[in-house]
Order: sequence, then C-alpha cells, then structure tokens
Amino acid sequence: MKVGVLGIGITKFGEIWDKGLRELLLDAQLLALKDAKIEAKQIDALYTGNMCGDSLSGQLHVGAMAAENLNLDKASIRVEGACASGSLALREGVLAIESGQADIVMVNGVEKMTDVSTEQVTTALMGAGDEELEGFNGLTFPGLYALLAKAYMTKYSKLTRDLLAEVSVKNHFHGARNSYAQFKSEITIDTVKNATMVADPLTLFDCSPITDGAASIILASEKTAKAMKSQVYITGSGLANDSLSLARRSSLTSIPAGAVAAQRAYSQAKIKVDDINFAEVHDCFSIAEILAVEALGLAKPGEAYKLYENKDTYFDGAHPVNTSGGLKACGHPIGATGVKQAIEAVEQLRGHAKNRQVKDAKIGVTHNVGGSGATVCVHVFKGE
Amino acid sequence: MFRESSIIRWRNYNDRYKLIGYKCDQCGKTYFEKKGLCTCGSLTFDEIEFSGKGKIVTYTKVHSGAEAFQEQAPFCVAIIDLDEGARITAQLTDCDYEDLKIGMEVEAVLRKFYKSGEKGVIHYGTKFTPKF
Amino acid sequence: MAGIIGWGAYIPKYRITAETIAKVNNDSAPAIKSGLGLTEKSVPGKDEDTVTISTNAARNALLRADINRKEIGAVYIGSESHPYAVKPSSSIVAEALDIGNQYMAVDTEFACKAGSATIQINAGLVDSKMINYGLSIGSDTSQAEPGNALEYSAAAGGAAFIIGKNEEAIATLDYTCSFTSDTPDFWRRAMQPYPSHAGRFTGEPAYMKHVIGATELILEKSKMKISDFKYVVFHMPNGKFPLIVAKKFGVTNEQIEPGLIVKKIGNTYSGSSLLGLSCVLDIAKPGDKILMTSYGSGSGSDSFIFTCTKKIADAQKKARTTDDYVNRKKYLEYPEYAKHMATIH
Repeated sequence: MKVGVLGIGITKFGEIWDKGLRELLLDAQLLALKDAKIEAKQIDALYTGNMCGDSLSGQLHVGAMAAENLNLDKASIRVEGACASGSLALREGVLAIESGQADIVMVNGVEKMTDVSTEQVTTALMGAGDEELEGFNGLTFPGLYALLAKAYMTKYSKLTRDLLAEVSVKNHFHGARNSYAQFKSEITIDTVKNATMVADPLTLFDCSPITDGAASIILASEKTAKAMKSQVYITGSGLANDSLSLARRSSLTSIPAGAVAAQRAYSQAKIKVDDINFAEVHDCFSIAEILAVEALGLAKPGEAYKLYENKDTYFDGAHPVNTSGGLKACGHPIGATGVKQAIEAVEQLRGHAKNRQVKDAKIGVTHNVGGSGATVCVHVFKGE
Repeated sequence: MFRESSIIRWRNYNDRYKLIGYKCDQCGKTYFEKKGLCTCGSLTFDEIEFSGKGKIVTYTKVHSGAEAFQEQAPFCVAIIDLDEGARITAQLTDCDYEDLKIGMEVEAVLRKFYKSGEKGVIHYGTKFTPKF
Repeated sequence: MAGIIGWGAYIPKYRITAETIAKVNNDSAPAIKSGLGLTEKSVPGKDEDTVTISTNAARNALLRADINRKEIGAVYIGSESHPYAVKPSSSIVAEALDIGNQYMAVDTEFACKAGSATIQINAGLVDSKMINYGLSIGSDTSQAEPGNALEYSAAAGGAAFIIGKNEEAIATLDYTCSFTSDTPDFWRRAMQPYPSHAGRFTGEPAYMKHVIGATELILEKSKMKISDFKYVVFHMPNGKFPLIVAKKFGVTNEQIEPGLIVKKIGNTYSGSSLLGLSCVLDIAKPGDKILMTSYGSGSGSDSFIFTCTKKIADAQKKARTTDDYVNRKKYLEYPEYAKHMATIH
C-alpha cells in the first residue's frame, strides 16, 4: 500500500478565543490547499475527524461543513472515534484512495473546546468511555488513566513517579520548539510533581490540556503523488478495537488494542520495529505514552522506563517520541490530534522540523488512541 | 442532558441496585452488568446472586469530577474482582484513600450516585466499602 | 399474633462530638452533655440518605430471616427525611432488595414514630393473612438547624424488621397499642428544611404524657408488670427523657441500659426506638420479654411487648450487630460535618 501526502495545514493550537469550529476548520483547509498547490475542486472526497461538535458547540454535520467551507459538493463525511477521530478520518481517506473511489482526498480534524466549562468538557469527553459502566460511577478520563497508572506502577515499580514525570518534561521540551504548540515553556520534574492532583497519581502536568485547533492533510494516489513530486507516503494503516470499559479488558497494565493495531500497520508497511526512526504517540496522559511505546514495541512490557531514564525519547535520542510536543505540550484538540500527528510525521520526513528535526528520518509511525484504549489506530509514514 | 434523564438509569436498575448478575451458561464467565455476547460467543446467561464481596484490582482518587459528580469530589474509584468472578468498576466509599491497597477486601453497599440538579431524580447504585 | 422474623441495623460511619459542635455554637460542652445525656452523634456520609440506610439495614434483616424474599408482601418505611416529597423511598428499597413486584408499599410519617407504626401495620396484615411477610423500617438522616439545640442530637441511622407469622418468629409480638393526641410540640412545615419545636413543652405534656400513656395502657392490657421484662426501650430524643420515664415505672438500669443507644449515636428520629430494639435483640435470650414504647411528636406513642423464641440465638449470628456499626466510627471536624450535611458545598 502506498498513498502520497500532497500537503499539510495546521492552525495554532491553544485557546483560540476569536475562532469557532467553522473558522478553525477553514483555516487549516486553506493552509493545506496552499501547501499542496492544488485547487479545492480537485478534491474528490473529504473526511473530517471531530468528537465533540455536538456536545460542546451544538454543531453536528461537520462533514457537510467541511465541503461547504470550500464550496464543494463532493462526498464529505464526519468521522467519530473519540480521541482517535482524526486518525480514523485519515484511514478513511487512505481507504478511499486505495479502493479507487477517489484520487485526491482532504482529511481534516477539528475541535473547539474552550467555549464551555471544564466540568462540561470532562462530561463530554467521558463519552469516550463506557457511560453506563464508568461514567455513571463518576469516572473521568484522568480517572481511567489513573487506574491504569496505579495498576502499571504497582506491577512495574521501576517506573517511578519521577520517571513518569519525564514524559511531560520531554514533551514540553519539544513543545517549546514547535511554533503551533499550545505550551512553549519547558518544565521540570518538580513542576509535574507539585502540580494540583487531578486523579492520583496523575497531576495537572500529567494531563493533556483542553485545546482548540484544526489540522488538514491532502492525500493522493501513488501515481498522482509521484507526478506532483510528493516526498512522503503512507505505507501502513492498522486499526484495532477492544471493550469500551477498562474492567472488561484482558489487561490493566497495557493497552492490548495498541499492540494489535501496530502489528497490522507494520505488516502492511512491511517494516520491523527497528526500522522506525520516530513516533508520534497518544500521550493524553503521561502514563498513556508509557503504554504507547510498549504497544509499538519500542520497549518490552514493563521496560519503557529505561527510555526515560536514558532520555532516549528526545528528538536527538535513540527513539524520538512526540517531537511535536505530543498531546501534553502541543495540545489536544480531540478530533484534530490524529491529523496533527500525521502532519508532524510529514514535517519530520520532509526535513522541515527545524530545531526538533530527527536526523536521517526515513520512517515514522503515528499512534492515536480512542477512549482508554477501545480504539487504537496506527499509521506508518515513509519519506522518499 | 442524558445525566438529567430519569429513564436512562431506570432501564438498568437490575445492574445498579441489586447484587444480581449473569453467568454464561456455556463457559461459566460471570458479569455484574448485562452483556450482549459473552466473550465465548454465547448469548444465554443464568442469573446469579453475588455476595457483594470482592477485592480491589486497581484504584484512584478523582479530585475533579464531571458536572454531576463535582459536589462529591474528591472520591475514590476502583476496579474490583468480585468473589464470584465478575470484574466491575465502582466507587469506593467510607474509606481513606491512604489506607487503600490493591488486593484489599471490599463489600457492596447501596449509595447515592448523583442528583440530576435540584429538581431532578436521585440516582442510586452499588458502591463498595473496605470490609470491616 | 405476628412476630419478628429478622432484624437488621445500619448506622453511618461518621461521628461528631458535642464538644466540636459546642465550640462552633459558643455553648458549654459539659452543660450540653449533662443536659442531653449524650456525647456524640452519627452523621451520614455525603452519599447516604434514608433510602440507602434503609436498604443496608434491610439487607441485614434479610440475612437473619430464613425466607424467600419474593414472599415479602409489604414494604413500609417511616422517616422524617424521605429524599423525595413525592416518590416513595419504599419502592426504591424494595427494588434494591429484589423482592419482585407483588408487594404493597407506602412511606409513612409521624415524626419519630413513623417506623414503629409500620410494625403495627405489618402485624395486622400478617394476622389478617393478607401477606406472608412485611418489611418495616424506621430510618432517618435527621434534620436540625445549625445552632439549634437539636443539632447535638439529630443523628443518622435506621433499623429494619421482617414481620411474619408467630410460628416462625425470633420474637413473638404479644401485645401492641397506641396512645395519640393532637399536641403541637415539634413539627416541620412543607418545604421547610429544618423542624421547629416548642422548647420545654416537648417534655411533660408531649413526650412524657404519651410514652407513659401508651406504656400504662399496654401493661394494663397485658396484665404484666415492669419486672416481667428483661429489656425496656423507650424512644430516645436524648439521653435524659427515657430515664425519667424509666424512673417513674421503676425500670432498672439493667433493663434500660442495653437499648439506650442514644448515648452513643444520638437521636436517629424514626430509627431511634427501633435501633434500641435492635440492640436488645442482638443480645436477648430465648424467653426474654421486651417492652418497647416509641414516641412521635404531634403526638403519639406505640407500645409493644415481644417474647424471644429459640430461633433468636441462631439469627443473632447471621448478620452484623448494631454494636458493630456503633463501634465503626470516624470523627469529623465541623467544616467536614457541614459538608456532609450539605449546609456548605
């Protein structure tokens, strides 16, 4: 499988008070068109990842909005898979091209989250868990990941509180080197440890923020992409699902669907873990990055702590992870996150990542999680 | 919106209030709450009565809750293995977080979960307390 | 007549001492303690109310009663703190107990005797053969206005009793009667959060007159003497009133003390005399006779005479005792207490 990337566009991530859902989406769409050097009418289909348009903005039907923004009457669909909405939209775009139904596809991700209170956002996001089995018990997303953190750190005590904090410290370091990141300040282990407790052991600095933002990427068939001298291709797409609720999973110290999705993507791309030069993973909480690098095979179960002990996950380390700043520092506009991860992969493979550029980057993977691991979508990107 | 509904929870009173669960008549796996298909593929279950006793598998203390739960925060939540085999998610109540441990024995009690605002219904369900 | 088939108590874990409240109210703690005859009271958890207390007490009663719970034909809960003004506590509790749908149910209110009255109702239904078993519960998360004298005593807890045929009883109900009049000593108007009372008028013409009235009546009807009873329980608005009545009847310390739970947990309103009864059932021996007189403001008293049967010894071991709950406690400071009582959020 080989699908080319023609262009990318992304808005600033953060509290974008003067822009709504539609304006954020349009900004990213126009930037992507400009980068791809194509006209809107060349697009055959659009897929837009969005989770909370209805619950936070009263706006559903974001698929139609994406087409309308560009005066198009082409097939346009909203894709929802909780926090994995963006990568699911990307996968739909890839499938549309692979099936021959479309030659050029625009994939968007957008979320507008700051118009309502934190409690309302917390309630809306809990829709990604199991409302009857988890939400009804008062669980929140930080709570769900805290349950995983407690189970993991009890079984694997070498992941200390300090090493867990290293995840956020490193992601802020990268965020400080990314122009569209929400947080551009470096932090220390003490910043994380001394922050307000959200769900023990996770503090505010173990948690990704509430973010507005949008991202767009334009894909094309291998033939068209080659003709337009595209430098980056998607060569693998793996998707796996599991139970909505944690209690019905086979493991509480890993995200089983993550490993399955990764294997599916790697096998399609015909790569091995050792071929991977960098990864953009779903660090909605610090513990989630630990679980992600193990799911991707970058570390054995229980041994992710070593990567953080050795500072391997920095952009110039042996296993760069989240050079964008990740969800923690770059921000986490839910539906946009999966597309943003793809954009960071493209920037790295194009060699455009400036002061966070991974040296000799040839193969990168993106890893996007919906809920507490009910959906995991992994993509493999190759630079040529 | 849905948390203001009196109906959405009523449908599941069996799973909320009672210590009655479901046991797969093929493989014997037990569930506290209703499940469509058992992991073995079977669709038929026998009713079983739980003792309400179990052990903590993992737990946390939620400091900032969703809207409906904010007035109770902070509160403890756990995943619990019931003695009869089912694994469930539930709040822990009447406990000090510092005293909790993985493997600790707990038992079921009926408690208030949340109110649908000042005028709405009160939602009840099963929580767990450390065995005393 | 009917009898008690199973009993169960439930008392929340939290306590506040008279000292802690006195400090906030600028009262003298020693004066309060000697005046009211109590040192601390139980406080509900933030997630507890009459429904949850009733359910947990009733589950203990079911553990003691060797019956098919689907045969319970009536559920009555007496309380001054039903969580709803309209929508029964009794149907929620019955659902949680999984007793099916073929039962009569209603919530009752008669100040602190709303629970004991349901024992009379269920006994009548059993005796008339309308039901096989009835569940009677008295339970409260008692209200008291912060700063008012009631704040020292208004407590949370409840007790549940399964009433059934005499032959199956752990304690037979031998006699019951009531003494009632219109007496405005204590009340709570609709939509008001806290009750009001008429101060010292709650004593002589209210509590004393009715408790003594009902007790004299039942002694007369049963032709029994106080000395015939192993245990005597009078409603306990505080630690003083029941002792005044006890003295008048010549009740000994040995007879009254075991049921005097008010000293340890305060006044649980509709749960008060019933928790006293639960205390003595926990320790009674076959053949022991128990006299209980409740009191509800407004005003009335229900008097009961029970005789324990052989079955009681076995039943005592099947569930937690009232004392198990009395001894499980965590003390609160006043700000935490205010949160539990939802006076602050």
